Amino acid sequence: MSTEEKPFVHPYIPNSAPEVREEMLKTIGVGSDVDLYREVPDDLRLHRKLDIPAPFVSEFDLRKHIEGLLAKNKNCNDYVNFLGAGCWQHFVPAVCDEINGRGEFVTAYAGHAYTDHGKYQATFEAQSMIGELIGMDAISFPTYDWSTAAGSSLLMAARIAGRKEVLVPRNLNPDKKMQMNNFCRAAVDIVPVEFDPKTGLMDLNDLKSKISAKTACVYFENPSYLGVIEANGAEISRIAHENGAQSVVGVDTISLGVLAPPSDYGADIVCGELQPLGMHMQYGGGLSGFVASRDEVEYLEQSPSFLVAITKTQCEGEWGYGWAQWENTSYVQRDQAKDFTGTTTALWVLTAGVYLALMGPQGMREVGETIISKAQYAMGKLAGVKGVTMPLAGTPFKEFVVNFDGAGKTVKEINKALLGKGIFGGKDLSKEYPQFGQSALYCVTEVISKDDIDKLAESLQEVVK
Amino acid sequence: MKDGSKLLRENFHGMRWNEPLIMEMGTKGERGVLPPQLEEGIKSVVGDPMAKVPAGMRRKEPPKLPEISQPHVLRHYMRLSQEVMGCDVNIDLGLGTCTMKYSPKVNEQLVRLPGMSDIHPLEDEEAVQGMLEIIYNFGQIIKEVSGMDAFVFQGGGGAQGVFTNASIIRAYHKSRGEAEKRNEVITTIFSHPVNAATPHVSGYKIITLYPDPSGYPDLDALKAALSEHTAGLMMTNPEDTGIYNPRVREYTDAVHSVGGVCAYDQANANGVLGIARAREAGFDLAQFNLHKTFSSPHGGMGPGCSAVAVRQEFARFLPLPTVQFDGKKYYLDYDMPDSIGKVRAFLGNMQVVLRSYAWAMSLGPEGILRAARTAVLNNNYLASKLLKVRGVSAPYAEGKYRLQEVRYSWENLKKETGIGTEDVDNRVVDFGVNSYFTSHEPWIVPEPFTLEPTESYSKADLDEYAAIIERVSSEAYSNPEVIKSAPHNSSIPKMDEALLHDVKNIATTWRAWVKKGL
Repeated sequence: MSTEEKPFVHPYIPNSAPEVREEMLKTIGVGSDVDLYREVPDDLRLHRKLDIPAPFVSEFDLRKHIEGLLAKNKNCNDYVNFLGAGCWQHFVPAVCDEINGRGEFVTAYAGHAYTDHGKYQATFEAQSMIGELIGMDAISFPTYDWSTAAGSSLLMAARIAGRKEVLVPRNLNPDKKMQMNNFCRAAVDIVPVEFDPKTGLMDLNDLKSKISAKTACVYFENPSYLGVIEANGAEISRIAHENGAQSVVGVDTISLGVLAPPSDYGADIVCGELQPLGMHMQYGGGLSGFVASRDEVEYLEQSPSFLVAITKTQCEGEWGYGWAQWENTSYVQRDQAKDFTGTTTALWVLTAGVYLALMGPQGMREVGETIISKAQYAMGKLAGVKGVTMPLAGTPFKEFVVNFDGAGKTVKEINKALLGKGIFGGKDLSKEYPQFGQSALYCVTEVISKDDIDKLAESLQEVVK
Repeated sequence: MKDGSKLLRENFHGMRWNEPLIMEMGTKGERGVLPPQLEEGIKSVVGDPMAKVPAGMRRKEPPKLPEISQPHVLRHYMRLSQEVMGCDVNIDLGLGTCTMKYSPKVNEQLVRLPGMSDIHPLEDEEAVQGMLEIIYNFGQIIKEVSGMDAFVFQGGGGAQGVFTNASIIRAYHKSRGEAEKRNEVITTIFSHPVNAATPHVSGYKIITLYPDPSGYPDLDALKAALSEHTAGLMMTNPEDTGIYNPRVREYTDAVHSVGGVCAYDQANANGVLGIARAREAGFDLAQFNLHKTFSSPHGGMGPGCSAVAVRQEFARFLPLPTVQFDGKKYYLDYDMPDSIGKVRAFLGNMQVVLRSYAWAMSLGPEGILRAARTAVLNNNYLASKLLKVRGVSAPYAEGKYRLQEVRYSWENLKKETGIGTEDVDNRVVDFGVNSYFTSHEPWIVPEPFTLEPTESYSKADLDEYAAIIERVSSEAYSNPEVIKSAPHNSSIPKMDEALLHDVKNIATTWRAWVKKGL
């Protein structure tokens, strides 16, 4: 190890001045800070400088460098974006960005209830508002994303039911399926349930043929990955309950100002994605999942993470909040843990709370109606493009499958051409769902204007002619 | 130079707004924000948007969300933010194992640029070359820091990174037809609990090594545990105690000798950056917490990011896709038939990677080394002061220097005064610092507290913190009641914690609390 000759003073690092270091070393009783590494044997040490780029020593130069790299990216403000499939472009209120940029929230971590009171209150409030939205009373600390939340929900249902088999729809996001498989593999057997290729809804006959006394739960999504609103939610829950299984529902939270909360159609456990509620997409970095359930002891005891809960304080009317069920988490359970938790997405659940507080019931209804209207308008416009069809008859919320078989071009070719026109075309489904031929999953949200949709239709007209 | 020990903040009081719950705020009909409005040109074509929605799927009752004007929503959350002890506003060295270092503000501004915040993860590679370049180039830095050959940043936090490694261990043995036979993973009690939990979730039987009298995981116990059933070893070094295990290579060699895989949880890497690497210590897999060691803020518990780095022979098992460079263009490689699949959606939290890249590019090789050495200097300076405080001890490794943190003990204080570590924790916050971290479970070190003074604190900060500990210790001997009834100066009065410990009374939403009527 070199014994740095010249003092290196970096603005991020106090205690760099030689005099301070000398004084500290004197207090410790060693000659050099190198001596503090005595326990690291010579043959395990790196006897050279790290071979990484020289630094941009000034903040100005660093900023220029990073800005230059980010400027190479084509962003969804400059391009018209029809991509969704698990990460969606929605309106982000300025207050959401303001609050989740507050240094106190951003740089907090695991301080206890007395030092981080505001964080716990904001989390509890977010849980409370999400609870109203989905119609459930109990919610655990947020997890990484919807897929993880879905996996945790399956494991939770299996523990409650004491059964090993879980039924999941075939029309899942394939990435989610991969994530579930890797996460849940050891504890449950995942059995797919077919969907009706004409409507996009779950095939109830196939469900009935597969459900049995071994079934821990039936999982389904609303809307489904392919965009369709599941019309038979109540029937699916009824079939699940009839067989002693749990009904587990995954939701896109922004739909719930207009769509029925899963509690209305029999859900026992609800999971879903919070990213639409005030988070920028961030190349997928804005995702946040949640798991909610009935507020009963057997559910609370099996929740996948710890719980942020309310309690009284010595002053009447002044609430406190703290961690509950900590002893059931991987932090304490260690080699007996049934799931695991840790640093997940606290800043995003807090932001979702800010979003719901801003939007209120009226805002949530309006945004839901706007999205459904725009999706229907877009489908109508695209239906007018020669060679373009929409194979699923079910009603979409914001996403729908668009087929280009009649256009004689692949989705890949079409999307390349659209990119040249300033448009991100829908996600290519041709490999994931070959039964739909050359199809793509298009997403239309409240931020897509009528002009954007008209431009898409015109551009497709030119591309496929 | 200021003497921090004279800075004891006797008159500190946390902001106490007694802010009502947002569920009880507002007035019917008020609006906080108006979403984009539907154009007439669409309305006139579509008509009633709900007409096509299946009747049973239409919402009947609006959600009971508050109705509040924008200034009041803002004010409410600003007040709540003032009741949070973020790293930005305090000497946050109490949260040992968490590496509470300075998160540079310029990086916060950079992640908010549209080229980061408003890009979609499924955009064509051509459209996100800048993002992929950042990911790839930070990957090269992680490879160099770890000595490994391949990387992925998919895990959304340390736990998911450790889980990634547990999954890779299984995929590796499966590829050799040994997945069934090799069903045991070995870890240590001073490693983070996810090193036991995540392989268990993956289906492994877990063997946990306890410390020998010197505080190292018992090497003889490890050797005795090894067999044809050994899938791998998952551990940290330095462990939670801050003690670097100089014989770590003997552990990894022993595990390799029976065909096991060695995974290094480098959540505690802040003292060894540029000093010692996973490769030389014999590990096959490593993971770093970018929200700790690489300065990205913790967000109150996420989003974070785990950097997983592996030796070449394990690269084919990484979660997909990986980011590659063909000399001209950056691209996503999905052609990975042996991959474990996915652990998180898309590529993970790339805004965290961007911040970490910016941090590394601000420091360079000398700066990173300086950060590590300063973190170790700060830790040993604080330790030399704290070990003189009555009632404080640091079990194990007497006379040896620890690296980035120390797990201390109030065992003597408890014996002599009845004041334990949780009592002290409630009192230190009265002097304007965050609560501290006691220990992961179980408490092997009695009455533990774990402090990690990263490179971000000055000597005056360390002196001030030591003065607080000294003050509380002296109170324990002279006036224990002031500690028992603490905190006195925080944002809320003393809570009824018993309510939180009875599962019947747990309410995680306001509607549940109201129903329970407690």
